Amino acid sequence: MNELIVKNGFVFDPLQGIKGDRMDIGIKDGKFVETSALGNPKVIDAAGKTVMAGGVDIHSHVVGPKVNVGRLFRPEDKLFKSPLKRGNRMEMGFSVPSTFKTGYDYARMGYVFVNEAAMPPLHSPHVHEEIRDTPIIDNAAMPVFGNNWFTLEYLKNNEIENNAAYTAWLLRATRGFAIKVVNPGGTEAWGWGLNCESIHDPVPYFDITPAKIVTGLIETNEHLGLPHSVHLHCNNLGNPGNYTDTLDSLKLAEGYTAKNNFGREQVLHITHIQFDSYGGDSWRTFESKAEEIMDYVNAHDNITVDIGQVTLDETTTMTADGPFEHSLRGLNNLKWANTDVELETAAGVVPYVYSPNIRVCTIQWAVGLELALFAKDPMRTFISTDHPNAGPFFRYPRVIKWLMSREARDTTMKTFKWLERTIDATSIDGIDRELTLYEIAQMTRAGPAKALGISNTYGGLVPGMDANVAIYALNPEDMPSDPEMIEKAFSQCAYLIKDGVVAVQNGEVVAEPAKRTVWVDVKVPDNAQVQRDIYEHFLRHYSVGVENYKLFDEHVHNPRAIEVDATQ
Amino acid sequence: MKTVTLTLAKSPELYIEGQNITPDQFAGKKAAEIASLDVWEGKLKGPLGNYFTVEGDGGATAGETKIVLRGDCTRVKRIGQQMTAGEIVVEGNADMYIGGWMKGGKIHVKGNVDSFCGIGMEGGELIIDGDAGHHLGSSPRGEWRGMQGGLIRVAGNAGNDTATFINGGTIIIGGDADIHISTHGEGGTVIVKGDAKGRVGGQMVKGNIYVYGTIENPLPGFKLVGEVEQEVDGETARFAHHIGDLGERHPVSKGKTVYANLYTRI
Repeated sequence: MNELIVKNGFVFDPLQGIKGDRMDIGIKDGKFVETSALGNPKVIDAAGKTVMAGGVDIHSHVVGPKVNVGRLFRPEDKLFKSPLKRGNRMEMGFSVPSTFKTGYDYARMGYVFVNEAAMPPLHSPHVHEEIRDTPIIDNAAMPVFGNNWFTLEYLKNNEIENNAAYTAWLLRATRGFAIKVVNPGGTEAWGWGLNCESIHDPVPYFDITPAKIVTGLIETNEHLGLPHSVHLHCNNLGNPGNYTDTLDSLKLAEGYTAKNNFGREQVLHITHIQFDSYGGDSWRTFESKAEEIMDYVNAHDNITVDIGQVTLDETTTMTADGPFEHSLRGLNNLKWANTDVELETAAGVVPYVYSPNIRVCTIQWAVGLELALFAKDPMRTFISTDHPNAGPFFRYPRVIKWLMSREARDTTMKTFKWLERTIDATSIDGIDRELTLYEIAQMTRAGPAKALGISNTYGGLVPGMDANVAIYALNPEDMPSDPEMIEKAFSQCAYLIKDGVVAVQNGEVVAEPAKRTVWVDVKVPDNAQVQRDIYEHFLRHYSVGVENYKLFDEHVHNPRAIEVDATQ
Repeated sequence: MKTVTLTLAKSPELYIEGQNITPDQFAGKKAAEIASLDVWEGKLKGPLGNYFTVEGDGGATAGETKIVLRGDCTRVKRIGQQMTAGEIVVEGNADMYIGGWMKGGKIHVKGNVDSFCGIGMEGGELIIDGDAGHHLGSSPRGEWRGMQGGLIRVAGNAGNDTATFINGGTIIIGGDADIHISTHGEGGTVIVKGDAKGRVGGQMVKGNIYVYGTIENPLPGFKLVGEVEQEVDGETARFAHHIGDLGERHPVSKGKTVYANLYTRI
């Protein structure tokens, strides 16, 4: 019998609407229970501290081939930054840390679930091997669909049922979690040296528009009733004036409502929307359009977003948006890695230095914070840094500090070389809002868990759910006057309890409870057409046989399959 | 200035990782404390005193500390790594990474050194009386910000990949240099008083290279634009002036296109 009681903490659980009440939390055999069900539990004293559910990250590039390319081609990312063996395993790297450092650092921040943002289906074995080696945190991984030949062909012909059958097959073949879409059509066009810069640019050869890919995938997703929605990285990402394209993408969700049994309400998640909220017609006239974007998001309940906050660090960008990485390389003249993944996707990797001395970088910094601060519903706007694209994930505590403290924002802004021009191009200086701990809990655990369709297991403290608790040394009745203390408290949690086991104490990893791989197992009716298409494509076009392509059970570490029945 | 003398008493079976042998680490320490500083032989950590006899105490600051290494230090690496001030004299040879990432002060090696010496250097002086190995004054692997400043002077020959990604500072090689000089360079000056083998200034955007002898295989990306008279390392001479690397990008500064300069002595 493994029993714990977390006593006297200030509890924040948006899933139950608990706003800082002083409560006890009961844990038995890895699950939350009513405190009355406990016999003789071990006591964890949380008096004067903040108690939340374990954190849930909706979008982070932590495992898989492009992360590893980043590790391999940036040895300088490790130089003099890897001296310590703090956990059980050596920790290395900064913007692209080793798998072990990734797991430990997330745990130190009080996170328990991380959704890998892009899995190239062909390379899913590599993704799962790295998931196995990332300690403590539970992982899921989203295969990319937006440039997949099967998907493009089915959606061009409006074959939603066939596309749904293929999607279910691929989720099983790769042990994937959800439908990820990166620069729909544009990455395929990159194979021709082209791009799809708006949602109406047709894809070469396939002659389908990004708009049709996205709506087709939304229909597919709701036809299947998957836990998570379509997870979209927009067209024309990262370019001045792209906010109109983003609004076009957002409007694609109009008229669709979520159909699922997992409590999810959105049909479209736009990720790292900071990169999609730019005005101006050149880098010279570059400005924020965060307010326009959030006005739309606030008014439409079927959309969720994560911010993709720029943290002003030296980092490594990596995305399946091949053409974007190529244009980024042209901007900073640094090294560039690029790859094409057969029928499925592509990827690029470029180091990037977000400097407080560069106007575009400081405007990007302001855009991310504006998005979060303009949000009317923190259950639909989540904190992310698109790790490592806008900054490393272990800067989340710093992002929280900026969001919770106007003073912290002002202190950072004072370091900007182009402060006046940054203020002119954004509205950050006119925002006094400071988020509360409850809103932070919404943006970092309850909201993402609900949007991912896993709020029956993660993101809350409801009896029956996994016993994941993060305790931070912050007293909501006596918040520190120095905002740096907020960052410190969220960086080194007082306790992380994962599945009822104390994994972190005073910011140090003390145990490594078993981690899981979460995937979605969809049952669909037999579909002879799709089976034949898969056979044909593997015969004619793939470099591997279909039986070698599908993951073996041995690849999947400690799986937790979420069952979906789409046969009815 | 106080002097600490280290005499190698026991030669290591492998190599000593001596990144703690710097004026910064020795400053404010007595001889016995210096002898207890960590060094590594392979993966085994042990006190400096296991290998060296230590005489003399460190000065109050790095700038007031001089270190003299006696005995055969051919198997001692990383002497003076990341040092900011003070002085080191190596009476004989030393191994790799001598003066790597150094920011200030002076290192004088009276014998030869191996590869990676002066890499990622930001300031100070590294003087080598003998030959240097490969990657002299180069950037650490992967890094695009190479040597930023300071002076490296080698009396003898240098190996290949000298000054990769150099951004600033000066490297003077008294003898010959092997292939690859200032590859990807974006500043700084490299002077080769002997011959250069080839691939001199490949993908170089900015900066200067002087070769007094011959370049066995010059790159086609450099174009002869004229003759100039210049003072180099204290002596004036005439040089053929080439610009390049024409295959690279060319930034524009104050309305003028920037090229790297390659001067060969006439």
